[in-house]
Amino acid sequence: MSAPLVAGFIPLVDAAPLVIAREIGFAEEEGLALELRPAASWATLRDMVSLGQVEAAHMLAPVPVAMALGLGGGGARLDVLQVLSVNGNAIGVSTALADIMREAGHPFDFADPVAAGQALLAAKPEGLRIGVPFPFSGHAELLYHWLGALGAAVPQALSVHTVPPPLMAQALAAGEVEAFCVGAPWGTLAVESGAGELLLPGTAIRRFSPEKVLAARHDWAEAEPELAGRLMRAIWRANRWLGQGQNLTTASEILARKPYLDTPAELIERALSGKLIVTQKGEMRTVPRYVTFFEGAATFPWRSTGALIADRIAARTGLDRPAARAEGARVFRSDLYRQHLARTTADMPGASERIEGALTEDTPVASPSGRLTLPADSFFDGFIFDPSGEE
Amino acid sequence: MSDKLSIIVVEADRERALLIVDSLRDAGDFDVTVISEVTGLSRRISELNPDVVLVDVTSPSRDMLEELTLASGPMDRPVALFVDRDEGGLTRAAIEAGVSAYVVDGLRRDRIKPIMDAAIARFHMFSQMRAELAATRQALEERKIIDRAKGLLMKAKGLDEDAAYALLRKTAMDQGVKLADVAQSLVTAAGLLS
Repeated sequence: MSAPLVAGFIPLVDAAPLVIAREIGFAEEEGLALELRPAASWATLRDMVSLGQVEAAHMLAPVPVAMALGLGGGGARLDVLQVLSVNGNAIGVSTALADIMREAGHPFDFADPVAAGQALLAAKPEGLRIGVPFPFSGHAELLYHWLGALGAAVPQALSVHTVPPPLMAQALAAGEVEAFCVGAPWGTLAVESGAGELLLPGTAIRRFSPEKVLAARHDWAEAEPELAGRLMRAIWRANRWLGQGQNLTTASEILARKPYLDTPAELIERALSGKLIVTQKGEMRTVPRYVTFFEGAATFPWRSTGALIADRIAARTGLDRPAARAEGARVFRSDLYRQHLARTTADMPGASERIEGALTEDTPVASPSGRLTLPADSFFDGFIFDPSGEE
Repeated sequence: MSDKLSIIVVEADRERALLIVDSLRDAGDFDVTVISEVTGLSRRISELNPDVVLVDVTSPSRDMLEELTLASGPMDRPVALFVDRDEGGLTRAAIEAGVSAYVVDGLRRDRIKPIMDAAIARFHMFSQMRAELAATRQALEERKIIDRAKGLLMKAKGLDEDAAYALLRKTAMDQGVKLADVAQSLVTAAGLLS
């Protein structure tokens, strides 16, 4: 008899590890009857998992960290059990702003973050209104980092608003926001609706940026190690399956179905393979490592990732940064990951913390198999973050 | 500030909005405003400066309210998610019913409770209606499939309608699966073979 377990998700392409764990049978292999329940907003999904309506959830990486810092939502503490996806976002601007930038000579090369950021800030010197899916999101973190590094006073000079991705095109058209950062396929859809153009892939700002995570209540993960372990292994195998390029067509077909994204499979496959429509003329660009599920220990919950997110949020909100870094690191449960995936072939990095942003190229690192390569994860401006607090 | 609590209901569907407003009016004397247009939602809520905001959890626009909980400037009125100070399971009941509430910080629990009770009762009714509608659709869909499967059997085996139905039912019982599933398999197989 399989053990029942309910997990929540937002219908997005990066919910794929949960969907595949169920549909390809990895959950069943682990003796789990995995039920997936969709939610319409991140706030609702956060409440569902923290109030115990679901055991685990697809979540924006910064949400559990923000909760640990006492920001947003007051329910039970959430832990990050593993990373579900890396990268996958794109930045765009309204058609009106694109025209101003083009007139000022910006080539819309979809590549140079310095030129694009300067052109963007120059086009709207009196303050830019930017839409992101959630106040605590990889999207917001990328934007703050990018424009802050280019000299914008962060956060006060930017007006960052929450706009659910399905409503982004409408918010652009209504002039509520002039720029946005969203995941696939919403950027492309904003372009196709005529409301905007894409300016940069998220990877132009940071080359390897953890995006969605598997979150669970801290108390549940501690009290139910057996169930948590089964879930983590099933999802890790789904991530490995998704990391094989030949499976992306099948994955797209499955995700396209009604209980999941209910979106044409072709659109999903384009997103999974990093093909983005960037202009209204239909120009397509391929972004390497656009949505990454497995390569380079992508699923490993680095404590330093939690510390970095916490440090940035604390800096913006005036909290004590060293204390926040320690809280953030605690949220990312590399200890549970090591424990529960020990029975798999998952290659574990030797350390659980690293200097975030330090790798300017793909780099082999110490691991039991000796074959682990961590992908380049540098920021465009050379920023590095040492979780021990040295700056 | 007047003593009457002001409530904003975020609801795009006019009929539903009216039903919610009615329930709230029955529960007490409140100032109720409905916002049906989500563009600029958080800005408009800030302008109206309400005590309580009610929003359907099945609406993606709930995330737009989340930034209200973070407003921390000296002129801002803090708005907290109800989950913050809830011991009695009211937040859980609300989320289960399909409504979430944002409540201005410091508002007493006994003042919120009648509002939440009314909203929870109303949203329960909505989710029941939604479930019933889905069940009806599903039943209709299944009947169509069963009719097609019956038609296929009648044509292929020269059966009359009752015999075709009996055959489907017997197969379902023998295999321990639902009648609609047998019918679906038959229709799929016929599609493949045609």
